[in-house]
Amino acid sequence: MLEVSPRPVGDDPFVQRLRAGDGEAFEALVRRETPRLLAVARRLLRNDEDARDAVQDGFVSAFRSLDDFGGRCQVATWLHRITVNAALMKLRTRRRKPEDSIEDLLPSFLEDGHHARHPHQWRDTGEALLSSREDREFVRAAIDRLPDSYRTVLLLRDIEELDTAEVAQALGVSDNVVKVRLHRARQALRTLLAPRFQKGTA
Amino acid sequence: MSVEEAVAPGSVALSCREFVELLYEYLLGGLGAERTAEMNAHLAACPSCVAYLKTYEASIRMGRIALAPSDDPVPDEVPEALVRAVLAARRKP
Repeated sequence: MLEVSPRPVGDDPFVQRLRAGDGEAFEALVRRETPRLLAVARRLLRNDEDARDAVQDGFVSAFRSLDDFGGRCQVATWLHRITVNAALMKLRTRRRKPEDSIEDLLPSFLEDGHHARHPHQWRDTGEALLSSREDREFVRAAIDRLPDSYRTVLLLRDIEELDTAEVAQALGVSDNVVKVRLHRARQALRTLLAPRFQKGTA
Repeated sequence: MSVEEAVAPGSVALSCREFVELLYEYLLGGLGAERTAEMNAHLAACPSCVAYLKTYEASIRMGRIALAPSDDPVPDEVPEALVRAVLAARRKP
């Protein structure tokens, strides 16, 4: 296991071993981080083969840039970011598949502009949010149901916390497209979560 | 926020549809003063949009919590073939 160290990460003996080209340290790092990085890449790419490629590409570019690793964050965080970037390269180059429309998941309004269905408050929107594993599973499944182009933007902006310009550049679209997709993705996610979390449900 | 503060004199009331459309920029603080006042006025008068706003924000937080790295369902098994491929790729010049 990589230890979380209070000293600057660049001075960490483990990082020093990596920089010195220690094969055992590399293997330990790859074994420890691969499952988690694979899960991150799968979530973005939803394709096993592409996800494995992204993890491999990520490690290769990490090994090449170890000398540039400034030690401002943990190795795991650094690898996570590199893997997300590798997944983005894949996303950008792979052919777009036709996807389901998001329209059915957006709120509907009456002709006079009022909500067609009155939005209800949810059971709990505070700290106790998602204290059960089943609820967290439900949210993950809901995110997976979003059409690809919306799910990707939601993951990159709200979860990976890339900024609008970074996401726009990575996906080859305008800043405005990213904003519109993010707003729609959040609305669609809200629609999918509402039946489970609104007041009066178990 | 009081209703007095929220209602901008002379502002045209927004519909719920417009409120929801502008919600993204509103939460970023990216609307001008006049539009922001209109949004505040709408919220002060519309419980449906208050509920919508709260649950929209809750959805974002829930996504973050559900996908937090500590909660990722990481498979116990290390994918050997991939590990070997990564180590082999490292050895290539």
